[in-house]
Amino acid sequence: MPLLRIEKMTHYFGGLRAVHNYDLEIESGQVRGLIGPNGAGKTTVFDLITGIYRPTQGEIIFDGREIVGLKPHQIASMGLGRTFQNLLLWRYMTVLEHVKMACYSKISYGLIGAFFGTPRCHREEGENENKAYRLLEMMGVGDFADQVVPNLPYGAQRRVEMARALAIEPKILLLDEPTAGMNPEELIQMMEIIRRIHEELGLAIFLIEHRMRVVMELCEIIQTLVFGEVIARGTPEEIQNNPKVIDAYLGKEAVV
Amino acid sequence: MEVITRNSSISMSLLRSKALESLSRIPLIGWLFGALIAVALEHILGISLALALGMPKIPVLFGFVIMLKKLVLIPSAMLYMLLIYILPIGAVARLSAPLANRLAAKLLRFPLWFSVAIHLGLLYAALHMWSGISDYRILMLKLTLIAIILTLSLNVINGYMGEFSCSHPGFMALGAYTASVFTVVLFVDDRLFGPALLPPILGLFIFPIALIVGGMVASLGALAVAIPSFRTRGDYLAIVSLAFMFIVKSAIENLEIVGGPRGLSSQPDWANLPTVFLWTIACIWIINNFVNSTLGKALNAVRDNEMAADAMTVNTRRTKIVAFLFAAFWAGVAGGLFAHVLRYVNPGTFGIQKLAEVLAMVYFGGLNSVYGSIVGAVGFNLMSEALRPLQIFKWILIPFLLILVMIFRPTGLIAFREFNVKNLLKPKLKPEEEV
Repeated sequence: MPLLRIEKMTHYFGGLRAVHNYDLEIESGQVRGLIGPNGAGKTTVFDLITGIYRPTQGEIIFDGREIVGLKPHQIASMGLGRTFQNLLLWRYMTVLEHVKMACYSKISYGLIGAFFGTPRCHREEGENENKAYRLLEMMGVGDFADQVVPNLPYGAQRRVEMARALAIEPKILLLDEPTAGMNPEELIQMMEIIRRIHEELGLAIFLIEHRMRVVMELCEIIQTLVFGEVIARGTPEEIQNNPKVIDAYLGKEAVV
Repeated sequence: MEVITRNSSISMSLLRSKALESLSRIPLIGWLFGALIAVALEHILGISLALALGMPKIPVLFGFVIMLKKLVLIPSAMLYMLLIYILPIGAVARLSAPLANRLAAKLLRFPLWFSVAIHLGLLYAALHMWSGISDYRILMLKLTLIAIILTLSLNVINGYMGEFSCSHPGFMALGAYTASVFTVVLFVDDRLFGPALLPPILGLFIFPIALIVGGMVASLGALAVAIPSFRTRGDYLAIVSLAFMFIVKSAIENLEIVGGPRGLSSQPDWANLPTVFLWTIACIWIINNFVNSTLGKALNAVRDNEMAADAMTVNTRRTKIVAFLFAAFWAGVAGGLFAHVLRYVNPGTFGIQKLAEVLAMVYFGGLNSVYGSIVGAVGFNLMSEALRPLQIFKWILIPFLLILVMIFRPTGLIAFREFNVKNLLKPKLKPEEEV
C-alpha cells in the first residue's frame, strides 16, 4: 500500500481548471519530482495535498486514511511536512523557536501547564529544544539558533525552513522549489542536504523544481505538469527525451 | 585653549560614562534597597522638609502636580525630589552594590521562586510605605496595578496575536458587574439584593472566587465575539468587538436589577493594596509563562504567517480562540478589582474613552512585550495624573506624545522584548569578575 495515493484529483478556481485528473503514488522512501512551466499548477497540487484547498473531485489517501476535508494542521500532524516556494517564515521569531513550534502537535502539557509553568511543561520544552538543536545542527544552521530569521542569509533561511518541516517528524516531505534563488554553491549544499535527509531519515520526498539538474540528479520518477494536466511521467532520461515535454517545457532548442 | 576644552569635554564624557557604568553594576535588589530607604526617609522627614521648602504638604506625585499648579514652587519641588528620592536611592544603591551583588548571587543558588519572592517582598514594602503617605497615592497605585493587568491582557490579543480587539472595556464591565453582584448579594445588606447571606469573615476566601467568576463570565462573552470573527482574518474582529463593547454597555444601562445607568455601589472593601498587588503579580507571572511556552508562541506564528503555522501542525483556530478567552478572563479580573477598589461602578465607565486609554497604554508601552505593557501602563497612568493640572490641554499633550512614539517607535517603547526573570535578578558584575 503506497504511503500517499492520489486518484483523479481535480480542482477548479471558479471557472479555471487548475488541476485535472491528477494521479500520484509514492511509497515510503521514494523520491518523486514534479516539473512544469510557470503557472502549470504545481504549487496548487501541494496546497491540495496539504489541505489548504479542498479538491473539487478526487481522493487523497495518506498513510491509509482519506485526508480530503481534514484541516491543514491535522494533515500535517499525520506526518506530512512541507516547505514553501516563497519561504513562509515567522518574522519576529528566532530560528530555535521556529523549529520548536513545529513540535506543537506533540505537546502534552496542555494549557494549565503553559499557564503555571509546571515541571512537566519545562521538561517537554527542554526536550523539544534539544531536538530542535539537533535538527539545526544537521542542517548546519545551529549557530543561528538565537537570531531572528530576517537576519539570516537566504540559503540559511531555506535550511531553517527545512529543519522546521523535519521537526514535525514527517513520513513524507513536500519541497516546493527548495533551490529557488540559490547560487551554484548553495545549490550543491542544498542537494547534499536533500540527499542526506532521504538516506539518513529514510523519508519519502516529493519535490517541485525548476532546475532540471536538481530533479535529474535526485528523483527516480518525474511527472511533468502543463496547464494542470500530467503530460508525461517517467525516469529523468525518459522525461528529458520526451518530445511533448521538450515542446511544452524545455523549449525546442538545447536541453540543459 | 582648544586643547583644554577638548580635554575637559573628554574628561566630562569619561566621567559620565564612568558614572553610568557604576550605576549599571547595581543589581535590582540594590535599587530596591535604595527605594526602601528613600520612602522610609520620606516618612520621617518628608513633611518637615516639604514645609521648610514652602510646600503645603508632601508632594504626592513626585512633585509634578505641584510644579504645574504653582510655577514658583518648581525649585522646591525639584529640591525635594533630589533630597528625598534621587540622592538617597542613588547613594544607597551605589554604596550597597558590592553587598547587593553578593546577596543576589547567593539568592540565585536557591530556587528561582525564593529569590523572586524576596524581591517582590522588598518591592511591596517600598510601595506600601510610599503609598502610606496619602490616600490619593494608594488609589492611584491600585488603579495603576489594575491598568497593568488590562494592558498586558490586551497585549496578548493586539500584540502577541496581532489581531485588533476593541472589546476590552466590555469584558472589564462584565467582570466588574459579575464580581460586584457576587459579593454584594452574598455579603452586603443592600437595598437592591436584600440582606447578606454569608458572614463577612468568609469574604477573604470568597473574594478571589468572585474575581475568577467575573473573569469567566468575561471569557464567555469573549466566546460570543470569537466564534463569528475568527472564521476569517482581517478587520472583522475589530468591528465585532467594538459592537460587543457597546452592546455590553447598553445592556447594563438597561438592566434595572443592577442599578441601570445609576450604577452599582456598596461593594465590600476587600480590594486592598496587597490583594491588588498579588493579583497583578499573578497575572504577570501567568501571562509571561504562557507567552514563553510553545503554546503561546503559536500566537506569534499565527500572527506572522498563519499558513505556515497551519502547515507546522499548529491548530490556529483553537490557538486564537483560547488566547482571546484568556485575555478576556484577565480583563474580567481587572474589572472586578476595579469595581472593588472604587466600590462603585457605572456602565458609563466602560465606554469608548476607557478603550482609548487601554489601547494607548498597549501601543505606548510596546507590542509583544511584557516589559512594554508594564512600562506603558505605569507611564501612561503617571503621565495622565501628573498632567491633570493642565486640564483640557492634557488631552492635547498626551495624544501628541503618542503620535511622537508612533512616529519614532512604531511598535511602542519596548516592543518585542522578552521578560527574563533570571536576567532581571542576577548580580551585575564586571565582565572579568564573571569568569
